[in-house]
Amino acid sequence: MDCGTEVRRTEFLPTDQLSTLIATLRADGFRTIGPTIDQGAIIYDEIESADELPRGWTDRQEAGKYRLEKRDDDAYFGYVVGPHSWKRFLFPPSAVVATADRGDAGWDLRTPDHEPPRYAFLGVRACEIAAMKVQDRVFLEGPYVDPIYKKRRDAAFIVAVNCTQAASTCFCTSMQTGPRCKGGFDLALTEIDGGFIIESGSAAGDDVLQRLPTAPADETAFARAESARQQAVDQITKTMDAEGLRDLLLQNLDHPRWDEVATRCLSCTNCTMVCPTCFCSSVSEVSDLTGDHVERHRQWDSCFNIDFSYMNGGVVRNGIRSRYRQWLTHKLASWHDQFDTSGCVGCGRCITWCPVEIDLTEEVAAIRRSPGDPSRPAADTESKP
Amino acid sequence: MTNMAAACSTIDPWLAHRATVDRMTAETPGVATYDLVFADTEIAGRYSFLPGQFNMLYLPGVGEIAISISGDPAESSRLPHTIRVAGNVTRELARLGEGGSLGLRGPFGSSWPLDDCRKKDIILVAGGIGLAPLRPAIYGLLHDRDQFGQLTLLYGSRTPAGLLYTQEYDHWRSQGLDVQTTVDRVTDGWNGNVGVVTTLLERLVLPQPENTALFTCGPEVMMWYTIQSARECGIPERNLFVSLERNMNCAVGLCGHCQFGPEFICKDGPVFRYDRVASILKVHDL
Ligand SMILES: Cc1cc2nc3c(=O)[nH]c(=O)nc-3n(C[C@H](O)[C@H](O)[C@H](O)COP(=O)(O)OP(=O)(O)OC[C@H]3O[C@@H](n4cnc5c(N)ncnc54)[C@H](O)[C@@H]3O)c2cc1C
Ligand code: SF4
Repeated sequence: MDCGTEVRRTEFLPTDQLSTLIATLRADGFRTIGPTIDQGAIIYDEIESADELPRGWTDRQEAGKYRLEKRDDDAYFGYVVGPHSWKRFLFPPSAVVATADRGDAGWDLRTPDHEPPRYAFLGVRACEIAAMKVQDRVFLEGPYVDPIYKKRRDAAFIVAVNCTQAASTCFCTSMQTGPRCKGGFDLALTEIDGGFIIESGSAAGDDVLQRLPTAPADETAFARAESARQQAVDQITKTMDAEGLRDLLLQNLDHPRWDEVATRCLSCTNCTMVCPTCFCSSVSEVSDLTGDHVERHRQWDSCFNIDFSYMNGGVVRNGIRSRYRQWLTHKLASWHDQFDTSGCVGCGRCITWCPVEIDLTEEVAAIRRSPGDPSRPAADTESKP
Repeated sequence: MTNMAAACSTIDPWLAHRATVDRMTAETPGVATYDLVFADTEIAGRYSFLPGQFNMLYLPGVGEIAISISGDPAESSRLPHTIRVAGNVTRELARLGEGGSLGLRGPFGSSWPLDDCRKKDIILVAGGIGLAPLRPAIYGLLHDRDQFGQLTLLYGSRTPAGLLYTQEYDHWRSQGLDVQTTVDRVTDGWNGNVGVVTTLLERLVLPQPENTALFTCGPEVMMWYTIQSARECGIPERNLFVSLERNMNCAVGLCGHCQFGPEFICKDGPVFRYDRVASILKVHDL
């Protein structure tokens, strides 16, 4: 995958040739992952043909609500993002990071060296490409590189889809991550009547594109694609004012809103599990019965779990107030200090999947409405201990 | 605060190396020093650390923990770690005994800024097990004794029996380190100082506070009061250094556990210049 922002070539792919794209990628050795319906939601899983896509379905999303409905057309990509994100393939929910085997001379310690599957992701939205770029900063661009993420990311082929509609929870325009895919893909599709405008964004994308039974894209097709993409922009109603957000939150670490949200938040971790950028994890020891063969399993963890900050027989973030504050201020504020970007891409998953309908954009707005005095940061008014 | 991390980016950060407990020395009740040596001489030859850095010690099937290196940075063939039995891993480690096998990855984190403090008077303030990560700094300072001004160690413990490395104090004194100790609770035979370690600091005569640096490690509350008295003594904030602790899982900034505001204790710390963390140290439950 190459992150060039230039579109190198644009064609028209007829609807019935979407299967050819999938077949071509599979023939090239990719494991094709795409949206598919499971237990009433659109999730990401291996798909072998276009028949497994949620064709003719759409999703209705609000804070705390997600529902699939039939569309009155046959669109392949007429929905937005669901509870899964591509994170689960690049940073798997559970992965073996190391092994230990007891030998005569002590422990034999290794890290896995097998090659992971080469994934082709089909239907990656603009906010999701942005989320991958955020995780690239976390896992690839710091002083230490995460080998599990790196291998998977390097091998991945990305087929993006430009959104042609938005949910009430989407706010990518506020975070400047979408809805138009502007790079970070190998191929990008915009769905229109009768087919797709297909653009290539990398050499690997060119290579696949030239093997597809495409036709030249004409002016009408371009115009239709443009208005389809505009429809998504027009449907976005949610906003989050990102201007000065880092300073606003860090100057309000003792804002009463944290106490208020703590009375609603269940600390269930849903928001962190569906977030495409959250990267917290914990390693646990998994031994066989003899205890001589041990695997170290890294699993997704969450700053909402009470044990997450365990230390010296106690926990640092004991109350939900401090755990919610940690999550929100990390995502929207200290992420900038750590990775020079916001940790939020505006996908809205945390809003949809919060069982008690907490909407981070409202939490931010509430603090913005009545901020503490910035010349006297709340942190300075308290004395420890 | 040199960061060794950049050099490590090509190595799998999860790879631990086989090490052996070469010697185990009982220190104080519940605390022992484990001298660890690598099984592979090539790895041993490559390994070096800076004072204040830590390793991840791994007991397969039990768990992995962050432990500061408490030895002399000039002698990295044998790596002393002074460990208090606190729970699962530390208890198993204590049972392992000499010759026991374990995994080691490291070194990680920032270090005490000895090089930047040349020519300065230096005060080390430790509480309890907090002397362990400062001992490499003591060795470093005494190796280059003529490079530094007045050197003082102020060390507090709950009880006299809890004072670490007592057999070394006379030697350190003879090399030019003023060692002062205090305890919270007196037991038979103690006729030294009683009270919190900050009282020693308040009593200290600082000939040139603006050219004095202070390194502290111990319970967070102790460090907090130490910093406050140091500021009152006129030591500039830019010369104050603290070693912080949080839950640590990966040690390389990838797991999220050790975050403290914008900082990752594992890779930005554990040693911080005080002014960098001053505002977040004041926030409860951060
Ligand atoms: C940078 C750093 C340097 C340290 N240096 C020393 C030292 O020199 N000597 C010393 O005795 N101790 C030191 N500690 C503390 C030591 O890591 C803990 O005492 C140890 O992790 C306790 O493990 P346990 O399994 O025995 O205890 P339990 O209470 O059973 O802990 C359970 C598990 O919690 C996890 N955990 C992660 N971080 C911590 C933490 N900070 N404290 C407690 N548990 C944690 C570990 O996986 C641990 O196994 C240091 C900690 C840090 C962060
Ligand atoms: S904000 Fe909502 S989803 Fe997140 S932990 Fe709290 S209750 Fe769960």
